Amino acid sequence: MTWTLLDRCCDRCTHSVENPCKDYVECRLNGPLCHEDERCRELRRRRLEELAYGEKGAKIKVPMASCTLAMGSEAVYNAVLEAVEKLGVEATVTISGCYGMDFIDPWVEFSAKGMPTAIYARVRPADVPKLIESYFIKRDVSGAFALKERTGGALGEEKVPLLSELDFWRKQYKWVSRNCGVVNPESLEEYVASGGYRGLSKALKVGPERVIDEIQKSGLRGRGGAGFPTGLKWKLARQQPATPKYVIANADEGDPGAFMNRLLAESDPFRIVEGLTIAGYAVGASQGFIFVRAEKPMMAKRLRRAVEEARKYGLLGRNILGSGFDFDIEVILSAGAFVCGEETAMIAAIEGKRAWPRQRPPYPAEKGLWGKPTIVNNVETLAHAATIMAEGAEKFAAVGTERTKGTKMFCVTGNVKRVGAYEVPIGVSVRYLVEELAGGPPDGSKIKAVQIGGPSGGCIPAALLDLPIDYETLQGAGAIMGSGGIVVMTEDTCMVDAAKFFLTFTSAESCGKCVPCRVGLRTMWNILDKITRGEGTEEDLHTLRQMAETVRSFSLCALGGTAPNPVLSTLRHFVDEYMAHIRDKVCPAMVCRALIAYRIDEERCIACGQCAMNCPVSAISRVESGKYRIDKEKCISCGICFAVCPVKVITKVPRGSLGGGHA
Amino acid sequence: MEEKGAPPNPDELFRGLQRAPHNLIEALRRVQAHYGYLPLEGIKMAADYVGVPLAQAYGVATFYHQYSLEPLGKYRILLCMGTACHLAGNRLNAEFLRSLLGLKPGQKTTSDMLFSVEEARCFGCCGLAPVVMILKPDGTNEIIGRANPRSLRAAVERYRRLERGGSG
Ligand SMILES: Cc1cc2nc3c(=O)[nH]c(=O)nc-3n(C[C@H](O)[C@H](O)[C@H](O)COP(=O)(O)O)c2cc1C
Ligand code: FES
Repeated sequence: MTWTLLDRCCDRCTHSVENPCKDYVECRLNGPLCHEDERCRELRRRRLEELAYGEKGAKIKVPMASCTLAMGSEAVYNAVLEAVEKLGVEATVTISGCYGMDFIDPWVEFSAKGMPTAIYARVRPADVPKLIESYFIKRDVSGAFALKERTGGALGEEKVPLLSELDFWRKQYKWVSRNCGVVNPESLEEYVASGGYRGLSKALKVGPERVIDEIQKSGLRGRGGAGFPTGLKWKLARQQPATPKYVIANADEGDPGAFMNRLLAESDPFRIVEGLTIAGYAVGASQGFIFVRAEKPMMAKRLRRAVEEARKYGLLGRNILGSGFDFDIEVILSAGAFVCGEETAMIAAIEGKRAWPRQRPPYPAEKGLWGKPTIVNNVETLAHAATIMAEGAEKFAAVGTERTKGTKMFCVTGNVKRVGAYEVPIGVSVRYLVEELAGGPPDGSKIKAVQIGGPSGGCIPAALLDLPIDYETLQGAGAIMGSGGIVVMTEDTCMVDAAKFFLTFTSAESCGKCVPCRVGLRTMWNILDKITRGEGTEEDLHTLRQMAETVRSFSLCALGGTAPNPVLSTLRHFVDEYMAHIRDKVCPAMVCRALIAYRIDEERCIACGQCAMNCPVSAISRVESGKYRIDKEKCISCGICFAVCPVKVITKVPRGSLGGGHA
Repeated sequence: MEEKGAPPNPDELFRGLQRAPHNLIEALRRVQAHYGYLPLEGIKMAADYVGVPLAQAYGVATFYHQYSLEPLGKYRILLCMGTACHLAGNRLNAEFLRSLLGLKPGQKTTSDMLFSVEEARCFGCCGLAPVVMILKPDGTNEIIGRANPRSLRAAVERYRRLERGGSG
């Protein structure tokens, strides 16, 4: 067995899980502290070098996160194992999390002493032997996507940009996501080597009050959406006389389009575990839970493993680091219900009940799990807390806005060149994220709207892209920062359809406990559906607004309270599009099925028959010329032919332009 | 592998789970993995194990999307209905699959019990929209990114072949 940083260096070290040393964490990197021995120091230095370049001086990293796995990183991993064997390359092969740059998935990273670390993008298993050969044998990096540094030790270095020169990297501020894609998420040793657990170590030395002071001083606000000051929340729970107390990490990331929590938990799970432990210490809890969303089981897997590792080394359990503090964590994987993300619903779910939210106050800090003082924090909030305790409040607060300090992770998806998760200081503009980082729409098309904050957020038009993103600023425009999901929409998105989409989501996810949300959202959905079918009236818009206000004001929890936002914001910024559906019976984006039809350009049709074969209602048949034609009486405008046509000769036309003669 | 459908031994099924209500969600998941769905006897077993009333466990079983009170297909095809996937056309993929598999409105599972088509929530892989996940009987899954009618037809045919030629 190789000696790891987590092990004792020699017999003079008295640390053990049963009899822990309070300087254990500090001693890993800068020790030994209790005795002086150059050999023990050297042991650490050598191990740190091994972690960076592998035991054999060469290292290959393959990311294993849901996103990279979906792009085939497991096959790439196997190809790597096979290739190093075949080529006789002496390299350590390890896994990592993900950098958050979905557009280069699956990627691999090579490093070797004396050579620049190189990242290769969109790697196919078949490419792997060639890549390994050129890097490790020919010492040639010219095929790489980016380099981490320049050493002058490899061929072709000048042809490849440095990662730190590329906009989407350079313009980020990596604080809480610093380890994502960098460390092996299953290795506590790598987390500690990267500075992990210094926060907890320090917290246990200064005591709970000073931890809370430090978090309050940092100005950290909850990253789960509402932006409640974290230090204050902890303080309120701490002041409660009732015991026991509980702390819960909210990993129920449910907003479609938001995956920053998944990325963090899959790539740097120990930071979350450390943050929750610090929270537990600060409020005086001895049990923590992490509640993970059903659709993201890999988060649960990584977090469970992290909890086990932390336990094994005494970073969870009894008398943590000799402080007298006992604390443990359980990871719960949900079975799928959006409302579980709401804190009181989450508490009910953990109690083994139906996840129904309840009226607040009393807030969980006073009466939460099993009626006891409980804090619920988003996982990114907790990871920030761990980082703040390690790095200090000032450093955290050095960026951000007057009201909101620090950074936040955002996910930009939809019609952009570089879908990904980006960490930036709070207060940058929407444009900064969607254009400078994500690269804007791919095909030169124009941004029409940006949806921010998921189903509780809203759509803002392109004209407002320069708004800074903060909890409060977007509200004026009808959106919210929320969890930080940003979906970019171009001309081919119908805003009425988009509003209907979000209502489909929220009405299906309404838990059914209160009437305004359960019935109101359904009624609103019906009106939108009518409009998208071309049967709406101007009166409907009035009713829609009224219903929206009712649902907003009288719902029990924020699910209903915010669900009307997508409708209200589109009504406010895109009312013309609603009117086109109502007055002209036209869907300008050519999305709403009842208002469009399809036509085959017989000139260009190659008579392959794909459309006819896939038509669910047999509306397409062969005509004399051998080409295909759509029977408009039978056609249900489903669009399958449009999607399968290999030569793209099927076009959408307004429904009215076909039979009616007014083309 | 243990044969599905036979009543399991609770101690084995719930191995490692503390008998506490916070484990109800997990206990039900294991019951579903065993039977392929949640029969009443299985819900009762989970309820007894974690120590909550059957009525409460039943309420929970009907609350979450991932539980099913009726048997599902051997291959569960989940289509993401998140924002990015909606915009990228997964609704159309769903319709295509349903028509390909001959499912009537309201019908989830093919009559030969081979496939179910279900809508799911965002998998957090929005960069690959539209995303389809196929849950396989051995508990693993296949994720199809940038799914389209052609790749879906190919996947369905692949599993059909596997079933015809394979161990069944
Ligand atoms: C319907 C609904 C869904 C929510 N989903 C989440 C979620 O997925 N993650 C999260 O951290 N907070 C979510 N919240 C907010 C939580 O109730 C709570 O405010 C948050 O976890 C507090 O943590 P923070 O202070 O660290 O942000 C949701 C709220 C509502 C009303
Ligand atoms: S929207 Fe489909 S994976 Fe996120």
